[in-house]
Amino acid sequence: MAEQRDEDRPVSTARMVAMLYGSRIRSQATFRTSFLADLLGQVLIVGTEFLELWVILTQVETLGGMTLSQVAVVYGLGALAFGIGDMFFGEIDGLSAQIRSGRLETLLIRPVPLLLQISSLDLSLRRLGRIGVGLAMYATALGIAGFSPTPATLLLAGLAPLAGALLFGALFTLAGALQFWLVDGREFANAFTYGGNYVATTPGAVFALPMRAFFTFVIPATLIAYAPTLALLDLPGPALVPTWAGWLGLPAALLAWGIALMLWRAGVRRYTGAGG
Amino acid sequence: MELQVRAPPAGPLWCVAQRTKLARVPAHGRIAAAAFRQYSTYRMATAAGVFTNTVFGFIRASIMFAAIGTAGGELGGYTMLQAATYVWLGQALLAPIEAFGTREVSQRVHQGDIAVDLLRPTGFLGLHYAQKLGRSGFLMLGRGVPPLVVGALVTGLALPEDPLSYLLGALSLLLAITVAFLADMMVNLAAFWLVETRGLTVVYTATMNLLSGFLIPIVWFPDWLLAIARATPFPSMIQTPIDTLSGRVPPEEAAGLLAVQAGWVALLGLAAWAMLRAGTRSLEVQGG
Repeated sequence: MAEQRDEDRPVSTARMVAMLYGSRIRSQATFRTSFLADLLGQVLIVGTEFLELWVILTQVETLGGMTLSQVAVVYGLGALAFGIGDMFFGEIDGLSAQIRSGRLETLLIRPVPLLLQISSLDLSLRRLGRIGVGLAMYATALGIAGFSPTPATLLLAGLAPLAGALLFGALFTLAGALQFWLVDGREFANAFTYGGNYVATTPGAVFALPMRAFFTFVIPATLIAYAPTLALLDLPGPALVPTWAGWLGLPAALLAWGIALMLWRAGVRRYTGAGG
Repeated sequence: MELQVRAPPAGPLWCVAQRTKLARVPAHGRIAAAAFRQYSTYRMATAAGVFTNTVFGFIRASIMFAAIGTAGGELGGYTMLQAATYVWLGQALLAPIEAFGTREVSQRVHQGDIAVDLLRPTGFLGLHYAQKLGRSGFLMLGRGVPPLVVGALVTGLALPEDPLSYLLGALSLLLAITVAFLADMMVNLAAFWLVETRGLTVVYTATMNLLSGFLIPIVWFPDWLLAIARATPFPSMIQTPIDTLSGRVPPEEAAGLLAVQAGWVALLGLAAWAMLRAGTRSLEVQGG
């Protein structure tokens, strides 16, 4: 993208996406030391989160009916999906800061879709740390846990992280859209975004039935990593999360995006500014 | 996050008055009270925080219950009820301890506002400690207690038998907040020498979450990790106040743990003071 020239005609949305994200990536790659420290920090966070599950599994044989390698598949897949979703859409739930500071007006008058501007505003490459560790863990653990590849399971193995990332993206957008109504309520949404990540990286069978139902049908976090892992390793699922639910990630993500975009549009229409 | 403290009248007389010990105590009390009020203003944010804290409490309790259930009702000295108590007290302490770290002081160093803080007639660490106590006081009542009540109603809590546990628990809590404040301050003061402290904050928070015994009790750790944790001030921030308050550790044993906490307060207090002193000497603020 070196030959960016000023052109009189407006650029296509695809080119705009490439330009916006490209400029953020280049700007961050400039500060190498800071970038490396951030990256290491992210790797450390993922490591300590998994250490929690690992320590438990040094004490007991199984957690929620899963062995260490199976839990590692769930964790790796969940971390990978959250990492990708967070990198591309994680900034949307920072909307309240834009509203409070009056910066949203500036974004609204630009001829670029608001959602695209906000999500690319502070694209953080440090999140590559989580993505890298998640991917490595997912691939390694699948090998250890006895994954037998067939065309269908290979397709699911590739599809699951992307569907999960889309679902997290929808959750972040929902969280952001809610802030048009609840400016001070950013933390409220954390229960579903970061809480969703927590649930997604945990074997779903540990949750009591009402919680499992909530995190499957309302916030479909168990469909992100737990259900696909059941399908990939051909394990029986607990009540409410049967093995075939592993394929429901993508439809759930599309449904969630539909709701998220509707709420987002309603929020933008309702927004009247803070009189800056 | 500027404090709403009334601006003092200028003049040498006022400075003299402020330097006497008598005038200093009410000043810190007023700063703490102002910090308490400042945080109590954001009711929506508090309600949102309570909600999120409660949801996370349920997730954490589910994981621990599953592990204890598989182990046959008890794991590493924790029964279901004790695990529930551990989780809900941990969720209650999260906000007042500010386990996710603060960045205010490091930002003030980078922006040069630190010069204003250093010119104030109250000592720098004392000023921030007073703010922290006021803030923690509100965060404890506003954000800590409600999830604890929900937990007590839904999963039940194991309460201590000895009334002395409550007294020692309260003291342990104060010491824990102080240790966390000092350690966090040291991370922030590193900004005197580092251009960007976000990486350091992230590393500190991740280490703290694990080694403090917030995610899982440190007695569940394998021996090598337990040894590492015990050599750091982190268990003094969360594991010790939880064990003391819940009565899992009887008062006679808790006294020893409190002594360890006090030792860390002294050590970290000294270290933070030395950092501030060294940093102030090398500080250069441009503009005026």
